Amino acid sequence: MKRTPDKLGHFGIYGGRYISETLMPAVQELEEAYDKWRTNADFKAEFAYYLKEYVGRPTPLYLAERLTRKIGGADIYLKREDLCHTGAHKINNTIGQILLAKRMGKKRVIAETGAGQHGVATATVAAMFGLECEIYMGEDDIKRQSPNVFRMKLLGAKVTPVTSGSKTLKDAMNEALRDWVTNVYNTFYIIGTVAGPHPYPMLVRDFQSIIGTEARRQIKEIAGRLPDELIACVGGGSNAMGLFHPFLEDAEVKMTGVEAGGHGLSTGRHAASINGGRVGVLHGNKTYLLQDKFGQIIDTHSISAGLDYPGVGPEHAYLHDAGRVNYVTIKDSEALDGFKALTLSEGIIPALESSHAVAHAMRAAKELGKGKLIIVNLSGRGDKDLNTVSKAFNFEL
Amino acid sequence: MTTTIENGRIEAAFERLKAEGRKALITFITAGDPDLSSTKDIILALEDAGADIIELGVPFSDPMADGPTIQASSERAVKKGTHLKDVLRLVKDVRKETEVPVVLFGYYNPVFNYGLKRFARDARSAGADGALIVDLPAEEAGELKERLDEESLDMIFLLTPTSNLQRMELVASKASGFIYFVSVTGVTGARSSVSGDAKGYVAKIRKVTDLPVGVGFGISTPAQAKEVAKYADAVIVGSAIVNVIAKNPANRKKLVGEVKKFVSGLRAAMDS
Repeated sequence: MKRTPDKLGHFGIYGGRYISETLMPAVQELEEAYDKWRTNADFKAEFAYYLKEYVGRPTPLYLAERLTRKIGGADIYLKREDLCHTGAHKINNTIGQILLAKRMGKKRVIAETGAGQHGVATATVAAMFGLECEIYMGEDDIKRQSPNVFRMKLLGAKVTPVTSGSKTLKDAMNEALRDWVTNVYNTFYIIGTVAGPHPYPMLVRDFQSIIGTEARRQIKEIAGRLPDELIACVGGGSNAMGLFHPFLEDAEVKMTGVEAGGHGLSTGRHAASINGGRVGVLHGNKTYLLQDKFGQIIDTHSISAGLDYPGVGPEHAYLHDAGRVNYVTIKDSEALDGFKALTLSEGIIPALESSHAVAHAMRAAKELGKGKLIIVNLSGRGDKDLNTVSKAFNFEL
Repeated sequence: MTTTIENGRIEAAFERLKAEGRKALITFITAGDPDLSSTKDIILALEDAGADIIELGVPFSDPMADGPTIQASSERAVKKGTHLKDVLRLVKDVRKETEVPVVLFGYYNPVFNYGLKRFARDARSAGADGALIVDLPAEEAGELKERLDEESLDMIFLLTPTSNLQRMELVASKASGFIYFVSVTGVTGARSSVSGDAKGYVAKIRKVTDLPVGVGFGISTPAQAKEVAKYADAVIVGSAIVNVIAKNPANRKKLVGEVKKFVSGLRAAMDS
């Protein structure tokens, strides 16, 4: 199994660079900067410093004993990315990218956001390093994730509502690309997931791989062996890629990516690009996309704004075709069951994104049975989702 | 007017203009906005008004290189159910009445989804002359270029103010028909002024290619068209025309008349 993309960013037939000519020199500049700094001792030390002292890494690998007992199957370990500063794994990547932006002499950063977690993580590092920051967010997402909008504004970022198309994450990404093409000389685009034109899928994966690197070490210390299965939710797929990547060579470790099943695959109201999509090209890369028979991108649905995206990172597409990672779906209603179960049994309120992984883990634990080990990436905490969840449970806040 | 398709209608158009000492006017419109049958009338009006090449926009759900004007236009066309197959049918229909060169202008996903070989074959048989795919840079264009070459269709590429010499050479080695120089770093849309640097960039591009060089993005007035025509081989106007179309959706006769009036004004300024 190839572990890195080719020189032009292809993972098999996926990935690549499908962007306008104006941006080609910008991504080449980024690639050169990343090539230069990724192995630089000072860069690595600075990245490690902020992950430890600012983000709070390493995050715990926590045995969810009561949940495990309740299911009565495999031991369920949670990789506690929800305990990262800002409440999700997204900050691992934004720290890495802002350190690059700084070294490249960029004065301004932009980002797209769905759930607002990546927007908050970007606004946070921009505040810390004193860079101007603008976040693009779909108007619909602004409504359902208002606490995060307020956080970004408090952090000094400009939050620009996107009113085109489906008014969600994909449209926010379109708008961020339009900004970048306009302000290409002074602006660094901090992409939040393992997608986009090369080198983003590789670069975001590398920055997020700290999750899997820690988890691998931790499970060996705790259990004395590698886990039987890794489970993570997949929208664009950055938390999943971060957990999976350091284990790819470990043939005995099964990996499962959980896509957003929305109302169910058969209804067409979902965001499961691998399970329900076809190969196409969008936002700079070739990958699985939700599209109609004419190649128009279709509206997606997920209860979780962070998974509500019609594409998936190209390396996931590659790992799916290679059979290395199994991709399944969890419906909105099942994710809410996972949310409830974890909250009540462990006192941990998970993000709705992560609740998809929890819901699948509950199923997998039963199937695997006692004595087996599962690691679930608990990619974010659920405070931001209280509005959505209260509506789903008919609960007056 | 008859043109030998062996040389390509685009090449023939530039040769004819050169002989006449005139510059090309290239006009962009979105197919299917406000509807396909209006688009046909608009194309014929554009030619009548003095457009030399038509760039026909293939509607896409996510036009990320376009500004608000063409975004809205593309959205209207998609909502009307205009897709690549319909655009090809339109070209076939238009080709019965005119020899004006037609370049299909759009994004890669609809073309990829249609199938590259099938796209090239159907575009050729419909009577299209070339394609410009905004999000398909030279590095990724190999396969589509092969298919278009097989059908003797031109593949037009963009160069921009960010393109360095190395990229200019790469693009020049793949391009045919003409080179489209994007005069600003930004998305499509009418602007009050055309970048003063455009002239210098065109001179640089001429050092790496003998192909005609057109300049577009931001040109919206006769004065701007006249200025650009002084140093470029072609003046490319899109959003300004799409704006005229957007303002007159209900009355087709008036719509076609307004477009014709606007484009005649550009032509007159360029020829003066």
